[in-house]
Amino acid sequence: MTATRTLTYCQAINEALIQEMERDARVFIYGIGVPDCKRIFGSTAGLVEKFGPQRCFDTPLSEDAMTGFGLGAAINGLRPIHVHARVDFLLLCMNQLANMIASCRYSSGGKLDVPLVIRAIIGRGWGQTFQHSKSVHSVFAHIPGLKVVMPTTPRDAKGLLISAIRDNDPVIFIEHRWLYYAVEEVPEQPTAIPLGKARILRTGDDVTVVGVSWMGVEALKAADILKARHGVCVEVVDPRTISPLDTEVIARSVGKTGHCIVADNDWLHCGFSAEIAAQVSETCFGRLKSPVKRIGFAFTHCPSARHLEDRFYPNAVDIVRAAEEMLGLKPTEMTDEDMYSYEKKFKGPF
Amino acid sequence: MITGQLSAKKNTVLRLNIELYRKLYLIRNAEQKIREHYPENEMKTPVHLSIGKEAIEVGVCHALESRDRIFGTYRSHGIYLARTGETDAFFAELYGRRTGLVRGKVGSMHLCAPEHGLMVTSAIVGSAIPVAVGAAFASKVRSDGSIVAVFFGDGATEEGVFWESLNVASLMQLPVLFVCEDNDLAVFTPPECRRGYDCIRKVVSQYNCTVLGLDTTDAETVYRTACDAVQAIRRGGGPCFLHLKYYRYLEHVGVEEDFDAGYRTREEFSRWYEKDPITLQRTKLCRLGAREEDLLKLEEEIDRQITRSIALAKESPLADTCELYRDVL
Repeated sequence: MTATRTLTYCQAINEALIQEMERDARVFIYGIGVPDCKRIFGSTAGLVEKFGPQRCFDTPLSEDAMTGFGLGAAINGLRPIHVHARVDFLLLCMNQLANMIASCRYSSGGKLDVPLVIRAIIGRGWGQTFQHSKSVHSVFAHIPGLKVVMPTTPRDAKGLLISAIRDNDPVIFIEHRWLYYAVEEVPEQPTAIPLGKARILRTGDDVTVVGVSWMGVEALKAADILKARHGVCVEVVDPRTISPLDTEVIARSVGKTGHCIVADNDWLHCGFSAEIAAQVSETCFGRLKSPVKRIGFAFTHCPSARHLEDRFYPNAVDIVRAAEEMLGLKPTEMTDEDMYSYEKKFKGPF
Repeated sequence: MITGQLSAKKNTVLRLNIELYRKLYLIRNAEQKIREHYPENEMKTPVHLSIGKEAIEVGVCHALESRDRIFGTYRSHGIYLARTGETDAFFAELYGRRTGLVRGKVGSMHLCAPEHGLMVTSAIVGSAIPVAVGAAFASKVRSDGSIVAVFFGDGATEEGVFWESLNVASLMQLPVLFVCEDNDLAVFTPPECRRGYDCIRKVVSQYNCTVLGLDTTDAETVYRTACDAVQAIRRGGGPCFLHLKYYRYLEHVGVEEDFDAGYRTREEFSRWYEKDPITLQRTKLCRLGAREEDLLKLEEEIDRQITRSIALAKESPLADTCELYRDVL
């Protein structure tokens, strides 16, 4: 049966949670604010009413302990989902993540499964500044034993969250706040999308843009502009899973186009974009027609004032300029383009 | 038959104490054998020996049931041995062999035997405590009467995560036994350099958590107190903090005495050694009517077991190279 209805990213996450909690009584969801009146921007709406306070509960402000708590519940028969309203808060949990959770299967000789999902949301805009806007996915992906998922579209958010919940390894599931309003056709059935597989968001033969999370949206916008203004066909690759990484799809695309731009939603230095650039140079060296270009956050802290913040974040314009430079094209005029379309729905303050 | 011609009640007490002694002796002598073989430089793993705290490990583990879960630290040889009575996989693990507990991948600091309920042991101070609390939540959800015990040193009570975990366990009234093994030392650092309060038992008692404390080297006393705690927890009474004092005979890590290091005196050790948990238990057994020849037989049996396990470990093949990447995901 073909699905004909659309959902927002937020609704897609909510639907995945409801369906998985209905399917498996071992699944529970917890974290600061999970059952409160705001319901993690609506993504946990209806859960406490449907599944009760034992399977959907708030916690003390003890991110570190509550992360270890998730590990303990996971190795003792349950399937926890721990939620953080910001990725930045997850940094309080690094000891549990890096020293306990990541190595648990290994240190038990494979005797312990760790079916734990950690959801965390990237903030942006309206003065979020430097402690409410981090992605730092490369930090998590650096550690063996952790899976890191960053869906861009509603369909992927639902399908990948279902897979993450059913997975027997720890999965860090990173959502971008601005993507919460993205709309896409999403199947009503709980259809799992396998972890570790990239998705071609748009096919093209001229330039490959690897776009991560929100930057996938910017990459699609840039692809529209490049097509309209220059007739350039961009292939937009969404890795979807940062670790394990689908290098095959990326290599195949770059092998075809010979040009690669990595648009990451993070700093470049020692980041995921550096990893992609290295992998592409290793696998596509002879076929590259230009050096890999990387686009990401300015290597500073995210400022509050809007005009400064604009300079901190990259966008479709940067991707267009990078492609033009790569292909030796004259810079096109873009002042009439409508950028940051989703931000218009974001009214703050959080 | 060690328990020969005694009244039924005395018999039960004697049996219990023999069981406790068997475990105490196993731990002490396994650890002594490690001390003996360590200089050969084949057991390449940092060992934090249980010598001096056997009564705690034996007493608490004996009070637990097989369905209960246990979490520990890098100093968990005694917990493993008390829980399993097994030494083949134990020594093979210390020697990094294929036949080891985790096929030679974890060494001394991360003993793990989920099939015996020993879930996770951590070498980062305090880090297993919240994990135990989460496991206790799962036990509570299952309502199968199982509980969780987590062992940690007094240094762990200075970690923020201890207080976070204690708070959560008290808030959610989870079936968890916090076992604080207090040797008054964080490696070399004494309590007066580490604490802004006088009495941990008093501080913890402000939480909705039962607090029990002992200053004993008698395994039976630890056992009986742990039984009370375990029963209360199993009945749904919420968490319990069991604070137990002991004296670390050897250096923090390694197999040597370190009374010449200047941070403590041999006299202090001598005072504790007068009530050494193994000697104490053996003396008690004699008083309870156990025959010397039977005790010698029990000890020889354990000695043989340990010697056999060490020989077996040394003969076993080294850990397989495929283990390097196995079980990462």
